[in-house]
Amino acid sequence: MKAIRAKYNPAHHAFAVFTALATLVVITAGALVTSNDAGLSVPDWPTSFGYLVKIPHFVGGVRYEWSHRMVAGTLLTLTLAIACWTLLVESRKWLRWLAIAAFCTVILQAILGGLTVLLLQPPWVSTAHATVAQTFFCLAVCIALFTGQKWIEEPPRVEFDTRRPSLLMLTLLSIFVLYVQLILGGMFRHHGMSWWPHVLNAVIVSFVLAWTAIRAISVYSNIEAVRRTAILLISLLIVQLCLGFTAFFTRVAWGQGAVQPELPMVASTVAHVAVGALLLATTVVLSIQVWRHVPVAFEERVSEAQQHNASVA
Amino acid sequence: MNKKAILLVSLLTLCGLLLLAACNKKENTEQSANTPQPAAAPAATPIDPATVATINGTVKFDGAAPKPAKIDMSQDPACKGANESENIVVDNGDLANVFVYVKDGLGNRTFDVPSAAVTLDQQGCKYHPHVLGVMAGQNIEIKNDDQTTHNIHPTPKDNREWNESQPPSTPAIEKSFAREEIMLPVKCNQHPWMKMYINVVKSPFYAVTDKSGKYEIKGLPPGDYTIAFVQEKLGEQDQKVTVGPKETKTVDQSFKPVAE
Repeated sequence: MKAIRAKYNPAHHAFAVFTALATLVVITAGALVTSNDAGLSVPDWPTSFGYLVKIPHFVGGVRYEWSHRMVAGTLLTLTLAIACWTLLVESRKWLRWLAIAAFCTVILQAILGGLTVLLLQPPWVSTAHATVAQTFFCLAVCIALFTGQKWIEEPPRVEFDTRRPSLLMLTLLSIFVLYVQLILGGMFRHHGMSWWPHVLNAVIVSFVLAWTAIRAISVYSNIEAVRRTAILLISLLIVQLCLGFTAFFTRVAWGQGAVQPELPMVASTVAHVAVGALLLATTVVLSIQVWRHVPVAFEERVSEAQQHNASVA
Repeated sequence: MNKKAILLVSLLTLCGLLLLAACNKKENTEQSANTPQPAAAPAATPIDPATVATINGTVKFDGAAPKPAKIDMSQDPACKGANESENIVVDNGDLANVFVYVKDGLGNRTFDVPSAAVTLDQQGCKYHPHVLGVMAGQNIEIKNDDQTTHNIHPTPKDNREWNESQPPSTPAIEKSFAREEIMLPVKCNQHPWMKMYINVVKSPFYAVTDKSGKYEIKGLPPGDYTIAFVQEKLGEQDQKVTVGPKETKTVDQSFKPVAE
Protein backbone atom coordinates (compact mmCIF):
# COMPACT_ATOMS: atom_id res chain seq x y z
CA MET A 1 0.00 0.00 0.00
CA LYS A 2 1.81 3.08 -1.24
CA ALA A 3 0.15 5.43 1.17
CA ILE A 4 2.41 8.43 0.68
CA ARG A 5 1.64 8.77 -3.04
CA ALA A 6 -2.11 9.27 -2.45
CA LYS A 7 -3.60 12.69 -1.97
CA TYR A 8 -5.77 13.46 1.03
CA ASN A 9 -9.29 14.50 0.05
CA PRO A 10 -11.09 15.86 3.17
CA ALA A 11 -14.58 15.77 1.63
CA HIS A 12 -14.12 12.20 0.39
CA HIS A 13 -12.85 11.12 3.80
CA ALA A 14 -15.70 12.89 5.63
CA PHE A 15 -18.20 11.11 3.40
CA ALA A 16 -16.51 7.77 4.08
CA VAL A 17 -16.74 8.42 7.83
CA PHE A 18 -20.41 9.37 7.43
CA THR A 19 -21.09 6.14 5.52
CA ALA A 20 -19.41 4.10 8.27
CA LEU A 21 -21.52 5.85 10.94
CA ALA A 22 -24.66 5.29 8.86
CA THR A 23 -23.77 1.59 8.76
CA LEU A 24 -23.74 1.47 12.55
CA VAL A 25 -27.19 3.09 12.54
CA VAL A 26 -28.47 0.41 10.15
CA ILE A 27 -26.97 -2.37 12.31
CA THR A 28 -28.67 -0.87 15.37
CA ALA A 29 -31.97 -0.64 13.48
CA GLY A 30 -31.60 -4.28 12.44
CA ALA A 31 -30.93 -5.30 16.05
CA LEU A 32 -34.11 -3.47 17.07
CA VAL A 33 -36.06 -5.49 14.50
CA THR A 34 -34.78 -8.82 15.84
CA SER A 35 -35.10 -7.82 19.50
CA ASN A 36 -38.74 -6.81 18.97
CA ASP A 37 -39.48 -9.96 16.94
CA ALA A 38 -40.64 -7.67 14.16
CA GLY A 39 -38.70 -9.23 11.28
CA LEU A 40 -41.79 -10.52 9.51
CA SER A 41 -44.18 -7.71 10.36
CA VAL A 42 -43.85 -6.60 6.74
CA PRO A 43 -44.42 -9.84 4.84
CA ASP A 44 -43.29 -8.80 1.36
CA TRP A 45 -39.91 -7.73 -0.11
CA PRO A 46 -38.47 -5.64 -1.79
CA THR A 47 -41.76 -3.80 -1.51
CA SER A 48 -43.38 -3.04 1.84
CA PHE A 49 -47.11 -3.83 1.78
CA GLY A 50 -46.93 -3.56 -1.99
CA TYR A 51 -45.10 -0.23 -2.19
CA LEU A 52 -41.46 0.75 -2.41
CA VAL A 53 -41.46 3.87 -0.25
CA LYS A 54 -45.06 4.58 0.80
CA ILE A 55 -45.16 5.00 4.58
CA PRO A 56 -47.35 2.27 6.09
CA HIS A 57 -49.47 2.52 9.25
CA PHE A 58 -46.55 3.21 11.57
CA VAL A 59 -47.40 1.04 14.58
CA GLY A 60 -46.16 -2.10 16.29
CA GLY A 61 -43.43 -4.14 14.65
CA VAL A 62 -43.88 -2.27 11.36
CA ARG A 63 -42.11 0.76 12.90
CA TYR A 64 -38.92 -1.25 13.35
CA GLU A 65 -38.98 -3.30 10.16
CA TRP A 66 -39.97 -0.49 7.81
CA SER A 67 -37.48 1.96 9.38
CA HIS A 68 -34.74 -0.66 9.04
CA ARG A 69 -35.58 -1.07 5.36
CA MET A 70 -35.52 2.68 4.76
CA VAL A 71 -32.20 3.33 6.51
CA ALA A 72 -30.75 0.28 4.77
CA GLY A 73 -31.91 1.68 1.42
CA THR A 74 -30.28 5.00 2.29
CA LEU A 75 -27.06 3.17 3.17
CA LEU A 76 -27.13 1.41 -0.19
CA THR A 77 -27.30 4.82 -1.87
CA LEU A 78 -24.49 6.15 0.33
CA THR A 79 -22.36 3.12 -0.53
CA LEU A 80 -22.99 3.62 -4.22
CA ALA A 81 -21.98 7.25 -3.82
CA ILE A 82 -18.76 6.47 -1.92
CA ALA A 83 -17.92 3.73 -4.44
CA CYS A 84 -18.39 6.10 -7.40
CA TRP A 85 -16.54 8.90 -5.64
CA THR A 86 -13.65 6.58 -4.81
CA LEU A 87 -13.47 5.39 -8.41
CA LEU A 88 -13.32 8.98 -9.61
CA VAL A 89 -10.84 10.53 -7.19
CA GLU A 90 -8.77 7.73 -5.73
CA SER A 91 -5.35 6.98 -7.18
CA ARG A 92 -4.80 3.80 -5.13
CA LYS A 93 -6.07 0.91 -7.24
CA TRP A 94 -6.59 -1.44 -4.27
CA LEU A 95 -8.77 1.15 -2.56
CA ARG A 96 -10.91 1.45 -5.67
CA TRP A 97 -11.41 -2.30 -5.58
CA LEU A 98 -12.19 -2.09 -1.87
CA ALA A 99 -14.94 0.44 -2.60
CA ILE A 100 -16.37 -1.87 -5.27
CA ALA A 101 -16.18 -4.77 -2.79
CA ALA A 102 -18.09 -2.66 -0.25
CA PHE A 103 -20.82 -1.99 -2.80
CA CYS A 104 -21.06 -5.68 -3.75
CA THR A 105 -21.26 -6.54 -0.03
CA VAL A 106 -24.12 -4.13 0.57
CA ILE A 107 -25.98 -5.65 -2.40
CA LEU A 108 -25.38 -9.13 -0.99
CA GLN A 109 -26.62 -7.86 2.35
CA ALA A 110 -29.82 -6.49 0.80
CA ILE A 111 -30.44 -9.84 -0.93
CA LEU A 112 -29.91 -11.69 2.36
CA GLY A 113 -32.33 -9.29 4.04
CA GLY A 114 -34.90 -10.08 1.36
CA LEU A 115 -34.32 -13.82 1.70
CA THR A 116 -34.79 -13.53 5.45
CA VAL A 117 -38.27 -12.13 4.84
CA LEU A 118 -39.26 -14.33 1.89
CA LEU A 119 -37.99 -17.58 3.44
CA LEU A 120 -39.54 -16.71 6.84
CA GLN A 121 -36.31 -16.20 8.78
CA PRO A 122 -34.38 -19.45 8.49
CA PRO A 123 -31.70 -19.17 11.22
CA TRP A 124 -28.78 -19.58 8.79
CA VAL A 125 -30.03 -16.88 6.43
CA SER A 126 -30.76 -14.47 9.26
CA THR A 127 -27.35 -15.19 10.79
CA ALA A 128 -25.67 -14.65 7.43
CA HIS A 129 -27.55 -11.33 7.19
CA ALA A 130 -26.19 -10.34 10.62
CA THR A 131 -22.65 -11.46 9.77
CA VAL A 132 -22.47 -9.74 6.39
CA ALA A 133 -23.80 -6.56 8.04
CA GLN A 134 -20.80 -6.43 10.34
CA THR A 135 -18.45 -7.37 7.50
CA PHE A 136 -19.79 -4.42 5.55
CA PHE A 137 -19.31 -2.20 8.59
CA CYS A 138 -15.66 -3.29 8.74
CA LEU A 139 -15.25 -2.45 5.03
CA ALA A 140 -16.83 0.98 5.55
CA VAL A 141 -14.53 1.65 8.52
CA CYS A 142 -11.52 0.54 6.46
CA ILE A 143 -12.42 2.93 3.64
CA ALA A 144 -12.73 5.71 6.21
CA LEU A 145 -9.34 4.73 7.67
CA PHE A 146 -7.55 4.55 4.33
CA THR A 147 -8.91 7.89 3.14
CA GLY A 148 -7.90 9.59 6.41
CA GLN A 149 -5.18 12.21 6.63
CA LYS A 150 -3.04 10.23 9.07
CA TRP A 151 -3.01 7.17 6.90
CA ILE A 152 -2.14 9.12 3.77
CA GLU A 153 0.27 11.72 5.05
CA GLU A 154 2.01 10.22 8.08
CA PRO A 155 4.73 7.70 7.26
CA PRO A 156 4.46 4.44 9.22
CA ARG A 157 6.72 4.06 12.22
CA VAL A 158 8.00 0.57 11.67
CA GLU A 159 9.10 -1.73 14.47
CA PHE A 160 9.76 -5.37 13.66
CA ASP A 161 7.91 -7.89 15.77
CA THR A 162 10.12 -10.79 16.82
CA ARG A 163 7.76 -12.33 19.38
CA ARG A 164 5.80 -15.49 18.71
CA PRO A 165 2.90 -15.55 18.20
CA SER A 166 3.31 -12.23 16.45
CA LEU A 167 0.97 -9.37 17.25
CA LEU A 168 -0.35 -9.56 13.69
CA MET A 169 -1.18 -13.23 14.22
CA LEU A 170 -2.96 -12.35 17.47
CA THR A 171 -5.07 -9.68 15.76
CA LEU A 172 -6.01 -12.14 13.00
CA LEU A 173 -6.89 -14.73 15.63
CA SER A 174 -9.01 -12.08 17.37
CA ILE A 175 -10.91 -11.41 14.15
CA PHE A 176 -11.48 -15.15 13.70
CA VAL A 177 -12.85 -15.75 17.20
CA LEU A 178 -15.03 -12.64 16.89
CA TYR A 179 -16.53 -13.98 13.66
CA VAL A 180 -17.22 -17.31 15.35
CA GLN A 181 -18.83 -15.41 18.20
CA LEU A 182 -20.89 -13.36 15.75
CA ILE A 183 -22.20 -16.51 14.07
CA LEU A 184 -22.97 -18.23 17.39
CA GLY A 185 -24.73 -15.12 18.67
CA GLY A 186 -26.71 -14.79 15.45
CA MET A 187 -27.77 -18.43 15.57
CA PHE A 188 -28.91 -18.04 19.16
CA ARG A 189 -30.82 -14.86 18.43
CA HIS A 190 -32.54 -16.42 15.46
CA HIS A 191 -33.50 -19.58 17.38
CA GLY A 192 -31.13 -21.87 15.50
CA MET A 193 -28.98 -22.79 18.48
CA SER A 194 -28.88 -22.72 22.26
CA TRP A 195 -27.26 -19.85 24.16
CA TRP A 196 -24.40 -21.80 25.71
CA PRO A 197 -22.01 -22.01 22.68
CA HIS A 198 -22.14 -18.20 22.44
CA VAL A 199 -21.47 -17.81 26.18
CA LEU A 200 -18.70 -20.43 26.12
CA ASN A 201 -17.00 -18.77 23.16
CA ALA A 202 -17.25 -15.42 24.97
CA VAL A 203 -14.60 -16.76 27.38
CA ILE A 204 -12.29 -17.58 24.46
CA VAL A 205 -12.98 -14.21 22.80
CA SER A 206 -12.22 -12.38 26.04
CA PHE A 207 -8.94 -14.23 26.49
CA VAL A 208 -7.72 -13.74 22.90
CA LEU A 209 -8.75 -10.10 22.70
CA ALA A 210 -7.29 -9.25 26.09
CA TRP A 211 -4.03 -10.99 25.14
CA THR A 212 -3.92 -9.04 21.85
CA ALA A 213 -4.71 -5.67 23.42
CA ILE A 214 -2.32 -6.11 26.36
CA ARG A 215 0.50 -7.17 24.04
CA ALA A 216 -0.12 -4.15 21.80
CA ILE A 217 -0.32 -1.71 24.71
CA SER A 218 2.62 -3.10 26.66
CA VAL A 219 5.07 -3.59 23.80
CA TYR A 220 4.08 -0.98 21.22
CA SER A 221 2.82 1.89 23.34
CA ASN A 222 5.18 4.23 21.47
CA ILE A 223 3.21 3.69 18.25
CA GLU A 224 0.17 5.90 18.67
CA ALA A 225 -1.99 4.24 16.01
CA VAL A 226 -1.51 0.83 17.65
CA ARG A 227 -1.75 2.03 21.27
CA ARG A 228 -4.95 4.03 20.78
CA THR A 229 -6.70 1.27 18.87
CA ALA A 230 -5.66 -1.33 21.44
CA ILE A 231 -6.95 0.83 24.31
CA LEU A 232 -10.24 1.26 22.45
CA LEU A 233 -10.33 -2.51 21.87
CA ILE A 234 -9.90 -3.42 25.54
CA SER A 235 -12.43 -0.74 26.60
CA LEU A 236 -15.01 -2.03 24.13
CA LEU A 237 -14.35 -5.59 25.28
CA ILE A 238 -15.14 -4.63 28.89
CA VAL A 239 -18.32 -2.79 27.84
CA GLN A 240 -19.32 -5.71 25.62
CA LEU A 241 -18.88 -8.23 28.41
CA CYS A 242 -21.05 -6.12 30.73
CA LEU A 243 -23.71 -5.82 28.02
CA GLY A 244 -23.48 -9.54 27.34
CA PHE A 245 -24.12 -10.32 31.01
CA THR A 246 -27.04 -7.89 31.09
CA ALA A 247 -28.52 -9.29 27.87
CA PHE A 248 -28.14 -12.83 29.20
CA PHE A 249 -29.91 -12.07 32.46
CA THR A 250 -32.68 -9.96 30.98
CA ARG A 251 -33.39 -12.28 28.05
CA VAL A 252 -32.35 -15.80 29.04
CA ALA A 253 -32.36 -15.98 32.83
CA TRP A 254 -35.24 -13.68 33.73
CA GLY A 255 -37.07 -12.97 30.49
CA GLN A 256 -37.68 -16.44 29.13
CA GLY A 257 -41.38 -16.43 30.01
CA ALA A 258 -41.94 -12.80 29.03
CA VAL A 259 -45.13 -12.29 27.06
CA GLN A 260 -43.60 -9.53 24.95
CA PRO A 261 -40.14 -7.98 24.42
CA GLU A 262 -39.43 -5.74 27.40
CA LEU A 263 -37.32 -2.59 27.41
CA PRO A 264 -34.36 -3.94 29.46
CA MET A 265 -33.96 -6.98 27.21
CA VAL A 266 -34.36 -4.96 24.02
CA ALA A 267 -31.98 -2.18 25.14
CA SER A 268 -29.26 -4.52 26.39
CA THR A 269 -29.40 -6.79 23.34
CA VAL A 270 -29.39 -3.94 20.83
CA ALA A 271 -26.45 -2.31 22.62
CA HIS A 272 -24.68 -5.70 22.70
CA VAL A 273 -25.05 -6.00 18.91
CA ALA A 274 -23.92 -2.41 18.25
CA VAL A 275 -20.88 -2.64 20.54
CA GLY A 276 -20.11 -6.05 19.04
CA ALA A 277 -19.94 -4.41 15.60
CA LEU A 278 -17.66 -1.70 16.98
CA LEU A 279 -15.47 -4.34 18.60
CA LEU A 280 -15.06 -6.28 15.36
CA ALA A 281 -14.30 -3.12 13.37
CA THR A 282 -11.77 -1.97 16.00
CA THR A 283 -10.04 -5.35 15.84
CA VAL A 284 -9.85 -5.13 12.06
CA VAL A 285 -8.39 -1.60 12.33
CA LEU A 286 -5.86 -2.81 14.92
CA SER A 287 -4.88 -5.63 12.61
CA ILE A 288 -4.32 -3.16 9.77
CA GLN A 289 -2.34 -0.79 11.97
CA VAL A 290 -0.20 -3.65 13.25
CA TRP A 291 0.38 -4.84 9.69
CA ARG A 292 1.47 -1.32 8.81
CA HIS A 293 3.57 -0.41 11.83
CA VAL A 294 4.66 -3.70 13.36
CA PRO A 295 5.55 -6.09 10.55
CA VAL A 296 6.56 -9.58 11.46
CA ALA A 297 10.34 -10.08 11.54
CA PHE A 298 11.05 -13.34 9.81
CA GLU A 299 14.46 -14.83 10.52
CA GLU A 300 15.63 -14.34 6.92
CA ARG A 301 14.51 -10.73 6.97
CA VAL A 302 16.34 -10.05 10.26
CA SER A 303 19.49 -11.69 9.07
CA GLU A 304 19.34 -9.76 5.80
CA ALA A 305 18.89 -6.54 7.73
CA GLN A 306 21.75 -7.44 10.02
CA GLN A 307 23.92 -8.28 7.05
CA HIS A 308 23.03 -4.97 5.46
CA ASN A 309 23.86 -3.11 8.69
CA ALA A 310 27.10 -5.01 8.98
CA SER A 311 28.11 -4.17 5.42
CA VAL A 312 27.26 -0.49 5.97
CA ALA A 313 29.34 -0.47 9.15
CA MET B 1 -12.90 4.33 -22.29
CA ASN B 2 -10.53 3.81 -19.38
CA LYS B 3 -10.92 1.22 -16.62
CA LYS B 4 -12.33 3.73 -14.13
CA ALA B 5 -15.12 4.72 -16.47
CA ILE B 6 -15.96 1.08 -17.28
CA LEU B 7 -16.18 0.23 -13.57
CA LEU B 8 -18.31 3.29 -12.89
CA VAL B 9 -20.73 2.52 -15.73
CA SER B 10 -20.97 -1.14 -14.60
CA LEU B 11 -21.72 -0.08 -11.04
CA LEU B 12 -24.43 2.36 -12.10
CA THR B 13 -25.98 -0.21 -14.47
CA LEU B 14 -26.14 -2.75 -11.64
CA CYS B 15 -27.85 -0.18 -9.44
CA GLY B 16 -30.32 0.67 -12.17
CA LEU B 17 -31.23 -2.98 -12.60
CA LEU B 18 -31.70 -3.44 -8.86
CA LEU B 19 -33.87 -0.34 -8.66
CA LEU B 20 -35.94 -1.58 -11.58
CA ALA B 21 -36.45 -4.92 -9.85
CA ALA B 22 -37.41 -3.22 -6.62
CA CYS B 23 -39.88 -0.90 -8.33
CA ASN B 24 -41.81 -3.85 -9.68
CA LYS B 25 -44.77 -3.36 -7.35
CA LYS B 26 -45.94 -6.54 -5.78
CA GLU B 27 -49.68 -6.39 -6.00
CA ASN B 28 -50.51 -10.03 -5.77
CA THR B 29 -51.00 -10.96 -2.15
CA GLU B 30 -53.49 -13.73 -2.79
CA GLN B 31 -53.26 -16.42 -0.23
CA SER B 32 -54.21 -19.21 -2.54
CA ALA B 33 -50.60 -20.15 -3.16
CA ASN B 34 -50.09 -20.71 0.53
CA THR B 35 -53.23 -22.66 1.10
CA PRO B 36 -52.46 -26.34 1.17
CA GLN B 37 -55.01 -28.32 -0.77
CA PRO B 38 -56.19 -31.30 1.25
CA ALA B 39 -55.60 -34.58 -0.49
CA ALA B 40 -58.65 -36.65 -1.43
CA ALA B 41 -59.56 -38.32 1.85
CA PRO B 42 -60.60 -41.97 2.05
CA ALA B 43 -64.22 -42.66 2.98
CA ALA B 44 -64.93 -42.28 6.69
CA THR B 45 -65.15 -45.44 8.81
CA PRO B 46 -68.79 -45.81 9.87
CA ILE B 47 -69.64 -45.40 13.57
CA ASP B 48 -72.84 -46.82 15.03
CA PRO B 49 -74.57 -43.79 16.58
CA ALA B 50 -76.55 -46.04 18.93
CA THR B 51 -73.40 -47.13 20.80
CA VAL B 52 -71.35 -43.97 20.98
CA ALA B 53 -69.90 -42.89 24.30
CA THR B 54 -68.98 -39.57 25.88
CA ILE B 55 -65.93 -38.55 27.86
CA ASN B 56 -66.08 -35.40 29.93
CA GLY B 57 -64.32 -33.93 32.91
CA THR B 58 -62.60 -31.01 34.52
CA VAL B 59 -58.97 -29.99 34.33
CA LYS B 60 -57.54 -28.48 37.51
CA PHE B 61 -54.41 -26.54 38.34
CA ASP B 62 -52.90 -28.02 41.47
CA GLY B 63 -51.07 -25.12 43.10
CA ALA B 64 -51.05 -21.38 43.49
CA ALA B 65 -52.24 -19.83 40.26
CA PRO B 66 -49.63 -17.59 38.67
CA LYS B 67 -50.60 -13.95 38.35
CA PRO B 68 -51.16 -13.17 34.66
CA ALA B 69 -48.67 -10.67 33.28
CA LYS B 70 -50.06 -7.34 32.13
CA ILE B 71 -49.52 -6.63 28.46
CA ASP B 72 -48.43 -3.18 27.32
CA MET B 73 -50.29 -2.43 24.08
CA SER B 74 -49.31 1.25 23.91
CA GLN B 75 -47.30 0.76 20.74
CA ASP B 76 -50.54 0.62 18.74
CA PRO B 77 -53.37 3.05 19.65
CA ALA B 78 -55.84 0.79 17.85
CA CYS B 79 -55.21 -1.92 20.45
CA LYS B 80 -57.63 -0.85 23.16
CA GLY B 81 -58.69 -2.38 26.43
CA ALA B 82 -56.97 -4.42 29.08
CA ASN B 83 -54.88 -7.34 28.04
CA GLU B 84 -53.24 -10.02 30.11
CA SER B 85 -51.14 -12.99 29.21
CA GLU B 86 -53.07 -16.21 28.63
CA ASN B 87 -50.20 -18.61 29.23
CA ILE B 88 -51.91 -20.18 32.22
CA VAL B 89 -55.53 -19.18 32.79
CA VAL B 90 -56.79 -20.41 36.17
CA ASP B 91 -60.09 -19.56 37.86
CA ASN B 92 -60.69 -21.11 41.30
CA GLY B 93 -58.30 -23.91 40.43
CA ASP B 94 -59.97 -24.64 37.08
CA LEU B 95 -57.58 -24.59 34.16
CA ALA B 96 -58.77 -23.17 30.84
CA ASN B 97 -57.26 -23.55 27.35
CA VAL B 98 -56.17 -27.15 27.77
CA PHE B 99 -56.43 -29.12 24.55
CA VAL B 100 -57.89 -32.57 25.19
CA TYR B 101 -57.89 -35.17 22.43
CA VAL B 102 -57.93 -38.89 21.74
CA LYS B 103 -54.27 -39.55 21.16
CA ASP B 104 -54.43 -43.28 20.68
CA GLY B 105 -57.01 -46.07 20.33
CA LEU B 106 -58.83 -45.12 17.15
CA GLY B 107 -56.76 -47.51 15.05
CA ASN B 108 -57.03 -47.04 11.30
CA ARG B 109 -60.39 -45.31 11.45
CA THR B 110 -60.83 -42.38 9.13
CA PHE B 111 -63.18 -39.45 9.62
CA ASP B 112 -64.91 -36.94 7.40
CA VAL B 113 -63.38 -33.50 7.50
CA PRO B 114 -66.11 -30.99 8.43
CA SER B 115 -67.02 -28.68 5.57
CA ALA B 116 -67.68 -25.82 7.99
CA ALA B 117 -64.68 -23.68 8.83
CA VAL B 118 -63.66 -22.87 12.38
CA THR B 119 -63.20 -19.19 13.15
CA LEU B 120 -60.13 -17.50 14.51
CA ASP B 121 -60.81 -13.87 15.32
CA GLN B 122 -58.40 -11.02 16.04
CA GLN B 123 -60.15 -8.59 18.33
CA GLY B 124 -58.68 -6.15 20.84
CA CYS B 125 -55.26 -7.26 19.56
CA LYS B 126 -55.90 -10.72 21.01
CA TYR B 127 -56.67 -13.99 19.37
CA HIS B 128 -60.08 -15.51 20.03
CA PRO B 129 -59.86 -18.32 20.93
CA HIS B 130 -56.40 -18.63 22.45
CA VAL B 131 -56.35 -22.39 21.82
CA LEU B 132 -58.09 -23.83 18.80
CA GLY B 133 -58.75 -27.39 17.68
CA VAL B 134 -59.25 -28.30 14.04
CA MET B 135 -59.12 -31.39 11.89
CA ALA B 136 -56.36 -31.80 9.32
CA GLY B 137 -57.61 -30.28 6.08
CA GLN B 138 -60.45 -28.38 7.74
CA ASN B 139 -60.62 -24.71 6.88
CA ILE B 140 -59.85 -22.00 9.42
CA GLU B 141 -61.49 -18.66 8.76
CA ILE B 142 -59.20 -15.92 10.09
CA LYS B 143 -60.93 -12.59 10.72
CA ASN B 144 -59.59 -9.20 11.70
CA ASP B 145 -62.08 -7.16 13.73
CA ASP B 146 -59.46 -4.60 14.80
CA GLN B 147 -58.85 -1.23 13.21
CA THR B 148 -55.22 -2.09 12.69
CA THR B 149 -53.22 -4.41 10.47
CA HIS B 150 -52.25 -7.79 11.86
CA ASN B 151 -50.01 -10.39 10.38
CA ILE B 152 -50.80 -14.02 10.92
CA HIS B 153 -47.69 -16.12 11.18
CA PRO B 154 -47.96 -19.78 12.18
CA THR B 155 -44.61 -21.40 12.98
CA PRO B 156 -45.33 -25.12 12.61
CA LYS B 157 -42.91 -28.03 12.86
CA ASP B 158 -44.73 -30.47 10.57
CA ASN B 159 -46.85 -28.19 8.39
CA ARG B 160 -45.95 -25.44 5.96
CA GLU B 161 -45.05 -22.11 7.53
CA TRP B 162 -46.63 -18.96 6.11
CA ASN B 163 -46.94 -15.29 6.98
CA GLU B 164 -49.68 -12.99 5.75
CA SER B 165 -50.71 -9.50 6.53
CA GLN B 166 -54.39 -8.69 7.15
CA PRO B 167 -55.41 -5.01 7.11
CA PRO B 168 -58.62 -3.90 8.85
CA SER B 169 -61.96 -4.35 7.06
CA THR B 170 -60.58 -6.91 4.64
CA PRO B 171 -62.18 -10.28 3.88
CA ALA B 172 -61.36 -13.22 6.12
CA ILE B 173 -58.40 -15.39 5.18
CA GLU B 174 -59.10 -19.10 4.83
CA LYS B 175 -56.32 -21.55 5.60
CA SER B 176 -55.91 -25.19 6.51
CA PHE B 177 -53.14 -27.43 7.79
CA ALA B 178 -52.53 -30.75 6.11
CA ARG B 179 -50.78 -32.69 8.86
CA GLU B 180 -51.50 -33.49 12.49
CA GLU B 181 -49.67 -31.14 14.85
CA ILE B 182 -50.34 -30.33 18.49
CA MET B 183 -49.82 -26.82 19.91
CA LEU B 184 -48.83 -25.24 16.62
CA PRO B 185 -47.84 -21.67 17.58
CA VAL B 186 -49.34 -18.70 15.75
CA LYS B 187 -48.04 -15.19 16.31
CA CYS B 188 -48.38 -11.64 15.03
CA ASN B 189 -45.07 -9.91 14.35
CA GLN B 190 -46.75 -6.51 14.45
CA HIS B 191 -47.99 -7.04 18.00
CA PRO B 192 -45.45 -9.31 19.67
CA TRP B 193 -47.73 -10.24 22.60
CA MET B 194 -50.28 -11.83 20.25
CA LYS B 195 -49.85 -15.59 20.44
CA MET B 196 -52.21 -18.52 20.14
CA TYR B 197 -52.07 -22.24 19.40
CA ILE B 198 -53.79 -24.34 16.78
CA ASN B 199 -54.12 -28.09 17.33
CA VAL B 200 -54.48 -30.10 14.15
CA VAL B 201 -55.78 -33.63 14.65
CA LYS B 202 -56.99 -36.47 12.46
CA SER B 203 -60.19 -37.23 14.37
CA PRO B 204 -63.13 -35.12 15.51
CA PHE B 205 -62.60 -36.32 19.12
CA TYR B 206 -61.09 -33.28 20.76
CA ALA B 207 -62.10 -30.37 22.97
CA VAL B 208 -60.63 -27.30 24.63
CA THR B 209 -61.34 -26.66 28.31
CA ASP B 210 -63.47 -23.62 29.00
CA LYS B 211 -63.03 -21.05 31.81
CA SER B 212 -64.38 -23.56 34.33
CA GLY B 213 -61.85 -26.16 33.17
CA LYS B 214 -64.58 -28.34 31.66
CA TYR B 215 -64.47 -30.31 28.42
CA GLU B 216 -66.60 -32.89 26.66
CA ILE B 217 -65.83 -35.29 23.83
CA LYS B 218 -68.93 -36.83 22.30
CA GLY B 219 -69.68 -39.53 19.73
CA LEU B 220 -66.76 -41.79 20.60
CA PRO B 221 -67.05 -45.44 19.56
CA PRO B 222 -66.66 -47.85 22.50
CA GLY B 223 -63.06 -48.90 23.12
CA ASP B 224 -59.76 -48.37 24.93
CA TYR B 225 -58.24 -44.95 24.45
CA THR B 226 -55.37 -42.74 25.50
CA ILE B 227 -56.64 -39.27 26.26
CA ALA B 228 -54.02 -36.52 26.09
CA PHE B 229 -54.30 -33.22 27.97
CA VAL B 230 -51.97 -30.60 26.51
CA GLN B 231 -51.27 -27.19 27.97
CA GLU B 232 -48.96 -24.70 26.23
CA LYS B 233 -46.71 -24.14 29.27
CA LEU B 234 -47.41 -27.13 31.49
CA GLY B 235 -46.91 -29.79 28.84
CA GLU B 236 -48.80 -33.00 28.18
CA GLN B 237 -50.38 -35.58 30.49
CA ASP B 238 -52.02 -38.77 29.27
CA GLN B 239 -54.69 -41.05 30.76
CA LYS B 240 -55.82 -44.48 29.65
CA VAL B 241 -59.57 -44.89 29.58
CA THR B 242 -62.04 -47.54 28.50
CA VAL B 243 -65.56 -46.62 27.46
CA GLY B 244 -68.38 -49.02 26.82
CA PRO B 245 -71.42 -48.56 24.53
CA LYS B 246 -73.48 -45.46 25.41
CA GLU B 247 -71.30 -44.87 28.45
CA THR B 248 -70.51 -41.42 29.77
CA LYS B 249 -67.23 -41.43 31.61
CA THR B 250 -65.73 -38.60 33.62
CA VAL B 251 -61.98 -38.22 33.24
CA ASP B 252 -60.53 -35.42 35.33
CA GLN B 253 -56.96 -34.25 35.16
CA SER B 254 -54.77 -31.89 37.11
CA PHE B 255 -51.57 -30.05 36.27
CA LYS B 256 -48.89 -29.02 38.72
CA PRO B 257 -46.90 -25.80 38.35
CA VAL B 258 -43.73 -26.21 36.34
CA ALA B 259 -40.53 -24.99 37.99
CA GLU B 260 -39.17 -22.02 36.00
